[in-house]
Amino acid sequence: MSIRVEGVNKKFGEFVALEDVTVEIPSGSLTALLGPSGGGKSTLLRVIAGLEQPDSGRVQIEGREATELPARKRGVGFVFQHYAAFKHMSVFRNVAFGLEIRKRPKDEIKRRVTELLELVHLESFADRYPSQLSGGQRQRMALARALAVEPAVLLLDEPFGALDAQVRKELRVWLRRLHEEVNVTTVFVTHDQEEAMEVADSIVVMAKGRVEQIGSPDELYDQPANDFVMNFLGPVTSLGGRMVRPHDLELFTVPGDGTTPATVTRVTRLGFEVRVDLDVKGEEAWAQVTRGTAEQFGLESGAVIHVRRAPEARPVRAVAPAGTA
Amino acid sequence: MTSSKQQSGAGAGLVDEAPPASGVATGSAADRFAEGSTIRRRGDRPPGRHGPGLGLGVVLLYLSVIVLIPLGAVVWHAFDSGLSGFWQSVTTPEASSTLKLTIGASVLVGLINMLMGTLIAWLLVRDRLPGRSVLDTLIDLPFALPTIVAGLALLTVYGPESPLHFSIAYTRTAVVVALLFVTLPFVVRTVQPVLLELDREMEEAATSLGASPRTVFFRIILPSIAPAMAAGTALAFARAMSEFGSTVLITGNLPFKTQVASVHIFNQIESDNVTGAAAVATILLLVSLVVLVALDALQRWAGRRD
Repeated sequence: MSIRVEGVNKKFGEFVALEDVTVEIPSGSLTALLGPSGGGKSTLLRVIAGLEQPDSGRVQIEGREATELPARKRGVGFVFQHYAAFKHMSVFRNVAFGLEIRKRPKDEIKRRVTELLELVHLESFADRYPSQLSGGQRQRMALARALAVEPAVLLLDEPFGALDAQVRKELRVWLRRLHEEVNVTTVFVTHDQEEAMEVADSIVVMAKGRVEQIGSPDELYDQPANDFVMNFLGPVTSLGGRMVRPHDLELFTVPGDGTTPATVTRVTRLGFEVRVDLDVKGEEAWAQVTRGTAEQFGLESGAVIHVRRAPEARPVRAVAPAGTA
Repeated sequence: MTSSKQQSGAGAGLVDEAPPASGVATGSAADRFAEGSTIRRRGDRPPGRHGPGLGLGVVLLYLSVIVLIPLGAVVWHAFDSGLSGFWQSVTTPEASSTLKLTIGASVLVGLINMLMGTLIAWLLVRDRLPGRSVLDTLIDLPFALPTIVAGLALLTVYGPESPLHFSIAYTRTAVVVALLFVTLPFVVRTVQPVLLELDREMEEAATSLGASPRTVFFRIILPSIAPAMAAGTALAFARAMSEFGSTVLITGNLPFKTQVASVHIFNQIESDNVTGAAAVATILLLVSLVVLVALDALQRWAGRRD
């Protein structure tokens, strides 16, 4: 285990930011801390980095007890949402900072910084100042700066949160590739489930200061531990009082095994997908079908159809209790 | 200078984002972004409804009537008897003594202010000390007081009748103390907002990279507030050079000892030596101008990265 957090509690005044949080993060993994804002994920990241002291509990990094260790001795690379660029230093000096204060030889610093700037595609920007870079470029500079000191773990706090959607998508793919290249244990905080599912190989879902579930993206999507996780990880609707993914609803023109009659209230085309709003015995539900299916059924509002949960749909059940998955 | 950087940083990410897929390809877009922001920052706004002419005219007229013409007249008078007359006026033993005292004391006052003002600003922004708001208000008192009141206050406590039996009256120390009193707010009030706006995450980033608190201060915080410190110091210096009221009572205005330049100028006028007064005034003007121009150059140099 590269990072081990055990029974950590943290309060800010009356506000409980972390409550008995236990998480283990294996070496070389790319883990997302996912949850709504105010859920404690950034606080957990800052506790791991030593930027915040827990009220109780322990933190281990690379098998070493780190709870009492000051941030500067933890060997942790930290990347902030708003870049935290050293505004009075050039890009080169920003990246070199960690090496300069370690008094490494000049030629070694030059070689290493040049290498890192190539890694983050900023080699032609070495003499610029951070204000002359775009947001995405600043964040890549911050990443190079964090990697310069060869940290045991890399922590990223909403790294793409301040960037626009297009750049964010590109940087996600890029981060994934970078991780394969550098292979340092990486933990990033996000409130965007799509980002977590796309980038991470393991996700820790947090809400209200507690860990709700830990698992791979597939496990979380298919076997959510509770309604919260199910809701947070993807679209949900309900049929007969049970939660179900909208793409797991099957539609029929004639009654069949286990179907319930329903009235179509609205049909919305979203490109390839079609969202079908239904009235099932006075209860609202919606199904996600393909355009082909919609045309085949001639779906339009007012039509009466028959609906059931697909037999192959994975049952939504409570698995292991939170924190021990 | 550093204000609103956080927002503008985020804003830039949203509006002016260059596609970062390939670093080489982003070059030109980033260039345009940098150029655009430089141009905008220089205040190259579209002209108002009346065009720039009217506004510029009003400002120039105002500045001329209030500032430029009077100052020009002083300089003109200084050379009433030519360059040699000017030189004679400023090198009389009394004039050169008073100029040395004024400039020397002002440099010293500027330096003390730079240290103490920064320290006070630091306490006001970073420390949770009790009574902070009281201290914050107190700082402005020397701004608001008539300087003669400052002089009287100092005379009461540190004068010949000092209740503390500690008198600095009629000494050069009194000159420096009086100048320190009236120039106290300058560095505090220029450094304080910059410290407030300083991105704390910069310090956390440096810490996580292995920097000790000392390194964080000297390599991150100090370079960030240095331009503001210089600006405050220059203002304090310029103010100290021109001070009159606060020094008049406690220093005794002893020629060759505690007489500051503005008192000297006053005395020259009283004894009908307008040229002599104008000559010393011109020197003060020149020194202030040099300091302000140097400050502006420094600000531009520091501002190149903003």
